[in-house]
Amino acid sequence: MTTLVETETLDLAARFPGSAAADTRPGYSDWIVNKDKLVEVATTLRDEFGYDLLSHVTGVDYFPDKMEVVYEAFKTTGGPGVLFKVQVPRVDPIEVPSVTPIWPGAEFQEREIWDLYGIKFTNHPDLRRILMWEGFEGHPLRKDWHEPFYEEDFKPLKSRWPDGKYVSSEDKNPYKDNLQFPQNFDPEKVKIDGEAPLYDTLQKYTTVDGGIKTDHIIVNMGPQHPSTHGVFRAAVVLDGETIVSLKPVMGYLHRNHEKIGERNTFLQNMPYTDRLDYFNSMSNNWGYSLAVEKLMNIKVAERAEYLRVIMAELSRIQNHLILIGMLLNDLGAYFTPALYAFEERELILDIFEATSGTRMMCNYHRFGGVSRDLPEGVLEKIRGLVEDRLPRKADEFDRLLTENEIFISRMKGVKVMDAEDAVKYSITGPVLRAAGVPYDVRRAQPYGIYDRFDFDVALRHNGDLYDNYLIRLDEIRQSIRILQQAVKQMPEGPINSQKPQYQVRVPAGEAYGRIEAPKGELGYYVISTGKPNPWRYHVRAPSFINITALEKMCVGKKIADFVVILGVLDIVLGELDR
Amino acid sequence: MTDNKELNSPGYEIPEDLQHAVSITTIDRLYNWGRRWSVWPMMFGLACCAIEMIAAQAARYDLARFGMEVMRPSPRQSDLMIVAGTVTKKMIPAIVRLYNQMPEPKYVVAMGACASGGGPFKEGYNVVAGVDKFVPVDVYIPGCPPTPQALTAGLMKLQEKIDKESIRKVRWYQKGADSVELPIPVLGPDLMDPRRYNEIKMLAAKPAEPATESKA
Ligand code: SF4
Repeated sequence: MTTLVETETLDLAARFPGSAAADTRPGYSDWIVNKDKLVEVATTLRDEFGYDLLSHVTGVDYFPDKMEVVYEAFKTTGGPGVLFKVQVPRVDPIEVPSVTPIWPGAEFQEREIWDLYGIKFTNHPDLRRILMWEGFEGHPLRKDWHEPFYEEDFKPLKSRWPDGKYVSSEDKNPYKDNLQFPQNFDPEKVKIDGEAPLYDTLQKYTTVDGGIKTDHIIVNMGPQHPSTHGVFRAAVVLDGETIVSLKPVMGYLHRNHEKIGERNTFLQNMPYTDRLDYFNSMSNNWGYSLAVEKLMNIKVAERAEYLRVIMAELSRIQNHLILIGMLLNDLGAYFTPALYAFEERELILDIFEATSGTRMMCNYHRFGGVSRDLPEGVLEKIRGLVEDRLPRKADEFDRLLTENEIFISRMKGVKVMDAEDAVKYSITGPVLRAAGVPYDVRRAQPYGIYDRFDFDVALRHNGDLYDNYLIRLDEIRQSIRILQQAVKQMPEGPINSQKPQYQVRVPAGEAYGRIEAPKGELGYYVISTGKPNPWRYHVRAPSFINITALEKMCVGKKIADFVVILGVLDIVLGELDR
Repeated sequence: MTDNKELNSPGYEIPEDLQHAVSITTIDRLYNWGRRWSVWPMMFGLACCAIEMIAAQAARYDLARFGMEVMRPSPRQSDLMIVAGTVTKKMIPAIVRLYNQMPEPKYVVAMGACASGGGPFKEGYNVVAGVDKFVPVDVYIPGCPPTPQALTAGLMKLQEKIDKESIRKVRWYQKGADSVELPIPVLGPDLMDPRRYNEIKMLAAKPAEPATESKA
């Protein structure tokens, strides 16, 4: 597949005179749309201009005067996206029309904005809190909302730098803990049933059969359940073993990435990105460095570009291997296949550890390059892996699993999503490609040096569980191809185009950096005001957005299929809840 | 496996030809020896640290060497809760409930910076700064994440702790309830610990201090 170049220029201002205008703030681009025309503009973008894939929706709090909702949509045929924003005065109630009817993939993202910014989306099918619990006080991402351990708006905190007169956060808080309550609050008087709104949205049923009333059965899977891969929860309504209705419940690992990220300096955020999708810190770093490098308008050192590709592709291989191993675990093969996967993963982690100093949280990228070069002997190790061991192991997995009869009968024909719905629901990554849409950011809008490599976008057509498994093997093989070329071509030279520095200068503006992470499109939307800290730091997490369609994928199937569907969706909670 | 030396209590001379057949020991030692080599952890991961916990189970590090490879998905069948990851306010009621559901003897290991004290996310509004605010912790393992070796070392510390217990004193053979039950925290406007209701009420009645006020 080749990259399609934008042929027609998109002029929203001409198409919607008076309701859309170019965003002229320095460093910003694209369009500001009138709130009342939003739905119309969005429909036009999707139907007339072909921006069928809504990538991300997020809020920005321009304290003290306005709130903004930012949308970005792409074409599945490739090319740059269109960014449009709606601005609303910062007076409650803040209301914006929902775009969920146009792009159903916006559903959870709009819920998140409601939760964290308190922007109401009119016409939204199910506007509840999503990361925090129902009854929580305040909307935490607002700039004037302060967390209990709040000290200062921006780091480095004066208490620690430069004098280091540090007082522990507990000692400053009256509750001596990470807590705050409204004035005159009495815990014994509150009656909050945070679960009621959830159960209200579940579709219930009662049948009367020969005078016997049959009621629904609700099963809660998670947040502690061996098949949910972390603290994910799904409330499921069952008819026998068939799923009638399902609502994902999340936030059990909401670690407030974005709030912390907006207090941090630009560079301080790098190790935090490691902890999003903790299987792939090497690729998480990349999206963030792309965004900040765009803002800083700097080039990346040539050798570093190769190192980034090598690390990211190795990371993808171990991610997919673990996915396959764990999938079999979910299917009842117990831990054995996972042991095979972990064996290879250890070898890849050895490379990460030798290079970055740590196995999982590599914190490897720097703006303009990477933090360390390969130590002696490591390149040979990588070569050994990609030329010999990994191709063999990919074949071994293939041989052990692909033809297995039980495996096939569990997997084949159980549809996850078809192409059309997958695009509607903003699904990206292998799940989208298994449904037959050849959309891969490495090709659709190449970043780094991916345009130099010869590889195919892995593609399958049925969109069933089996294809979702096969596509992982395909991608492992394509990654190996990329790695073989990268290892051969990598030049000598410096690993960073900039001088190492603690505090980078980032000019004002906005930027969106996106990569094809192993789980889908991982993007970072960063706004700088020219200060040492980002004003807005938003993560477009593929796990979070891919899960939007979970109910659609599961309804009508058996409860046992839910476990496998969740397995191929490849969610990781650090990224899902952030 | 241990050899008899670990079990034999000194003071009794066992003839050499009987040493493989006879052991003289105390009930305490036998009991602790049995338990230290069969600690069953709960299959329970919260965040990044859980991945290293799985890695410790896998081929290279192989926790089975310590009799700890049997991960139980149900708290009813486990002896050890490895809190591997960031504890959030939304999750802590479930964690306390799981702890209550574990039968005695039960142990808790806080794996990693987050579980021990909040770690890199301590300042987060949804983060509990250390699981020990709610459940008693036996061993803390530093690291972000601790390597599988560090986890193994932490679990060996736990074994040492088990070695020191005496059947006469352990809490699960005392009179009273069979197992420790902790009050389950409640999610209100913020996380509410039932043990602290009075304190919360008293402090919330005070006029807010400038440093901690201002909630929009
Ligand atoms: S201690 Fe570090 S690795 Fe462990 S859960 Fe916390 S952030 Fe993740």
